[in-house]
Amino acid sequence: MFEQLFPNVRVEDMITATNETLFMTFFSVLGTFIFGLILGLLLYLTGPGGIWQNKIANWITASLVNVFRAIPFIILILLLFPFTDFLVGTIRGPEAALPALIIGGAPFYARLVEIALKEVDKGVIEAAKAMGAKYRTIIFKVLLPESTPALISGLTVTAIALISYTAVAGVIGAGGLGDFAYFYGFQRSNFDVVFMCTVLIVIIVFIFQFIGDFASRKLDKR
Amino acid sequence: MISIKGLSKVFKTKDQDVQAVDNLDAVIESGEIFGVIGYSGAGKSTFIRLLNRLEDPSGGTIDIDNQEISSLSKKELRLARQEMGMIFQHFNLLWSRTVEENIAFPLEIAGMPKEERKKRVDELIELVGLTGRGSSYPSQLSGGQKQRVGIARSLANRPKVLLCDEATSALDPETTDSILDLLVDINAKLGLTIVLITHEMHVIRKICHRVAVMEGGRIVEEGDVLDVFLRPQEKVTKRFVDQVMGDPDREDSLNLIKEKYPVGEVAQFHFVGERTHQALISEVSRKFQVDVNVLHGKITQTQKGAYGTLIVHLEGEKEEIDRALEFVKETSVEVEVAPNV
Repeated sequence: MFEQLFPNVRVEDMITATNETLFMTFFSVLGTFIFGLILGLLLYLTGPGGIWQNKIANWITASLVNVFRAIPFIILILLLFPFTDFLVGTIRGPEAALPALIIGGAPFYARLVEIALKEVDKGVIEAAKAMGAKYRTIIFKVLLPESTPALISGLTVTAIALISYTAVAGVIGAGGLGDFAYFYGFQRSNFDVVFMCTVLIVIIVFIFQFIGDFASRKLDKR
Repeated sequence: MISIKGLSKVFKTKDQDVQAVDNLDAVIESGEIFGVIGYSGAGKSTFIRLLNRLEDPSGGTIDIDNQEISSLSKKELRLARQEMGMIFQHFNLLWSRTVEENIAFPLEIAGMPKEERKKRVDELIELVGLTGRGSSYPSQLSGGQKQRVGIARSLANRPKVLLCDEATSALDPETTDSILDLLVDINAKLGLTIVLITHEMHVIRKICHRVAVMEGGRIVEEGDVLDVFLRPQEKVTKRFVDQVMGDPDREDSLNLIKEKYPVGEVAQFHFVGERTHQALISEVSRKFQVDVNVLHGKITQTQKGAYGTLIVHLEGEKEEIDRALEFVKETSVEVEVAPNV
């Protein structure tokens, strides 16, 4: 039955491609989370009314975020080829996709982090100040814990965007399901392969969405 | 305890400068409950936020427990703030933390070790009457319970001063009273100085020892709560006193009384903080051969005793009535015979 419907699909190839996609997704989400969180915090803290209010720092961060968000992802990869080559030593394979994925994803997540932090009740920050809290305490014990559900749902949205970015990266040689769908499916007219890749990607997206929603709901005590 | 001189705060906005606090002087004694009342925009909120420098003053000095707050460095200010508690209108609890964890937060900030923290938190939970609710989240509590958590949190580091920023304004009247009782209790138990701001005269009447009335960034009237209640000078103060003592029916009553009681004597007793002769009426009718009939009145209790007026009708022998009135005059109750409308 399976072989009749998908005559060109080889299970071991599919597993390899899925693993590559999962690898790229996992590490790019991790990198995006770290850099996006830092950028988002900078945006918020240097912004108007923030505890490090600073027009110049805010302008620089905002410009950086806006420029990298404006560049279409496929062009960003091409633009970053020399940087990737320097950093990873190659421009092919899943590892080589990571710099572009993270640089593409982090500014996007940074904006979502900024929005999440803006939702934190100002009164609570004020209460922490009135208790004599250090800035570090305000950031790690008030701002981040109080915005956790929004930070997680933002990360879920970003992760799903990153999964689709991995497929784009695949087309220019990063490996993974996108790569496989294009070279073994589309170019050889094996549409069953394209279809199978699609199904697998959709399943991965659903899993991320489910985990994200669940964690966000679980941590929200409001 | 707290001495404020020439305190000013100007908010600069695009269109104009707003003088929120204007050259304000005040002295708050150790262990007293000092209330600041004013309508919104009077500057009272800015005033209390200047005390722990949530707002930086534009001018003047604030001296708390021999420490010049307005000239502290950032680090010194942080340490000074750990010795001042503050509670808020909207409680400002962290929803991501349980009751226990919320109360432990200032202790974490002060760097108290974990085991000690646990012990202190348990003490505080008991003090504010929240035993058993320690592992609840704020969203599972009522407004009054949330404010109790706020109070416990503000007391965690054993502050010398407690600042209350409209602490009961978001609560219903019954809950307000229970929170006020708790504050009085804490004031007595811990000898804590409490500064509170409010727009409700009821709060002042119920728990404050002294009151300052603010208008336009200045204190326009200040004194013992009873004095201010008794002899309000400023128009704004009179309006606040009316909030709790307002008696629109008095005139009608007096007219009716004059028609109805041609014999005997009608007298007005003015209670101005009477403590020893709280049961004055029954005392009078026991000691003298007169019947005392309460016709009209309103008495409220303040921290310094009973306050209010009663209009009574005294029936009996002329001399006996006079002797009874003499007796009343010897207490702190002021007497006015045959009051006019």
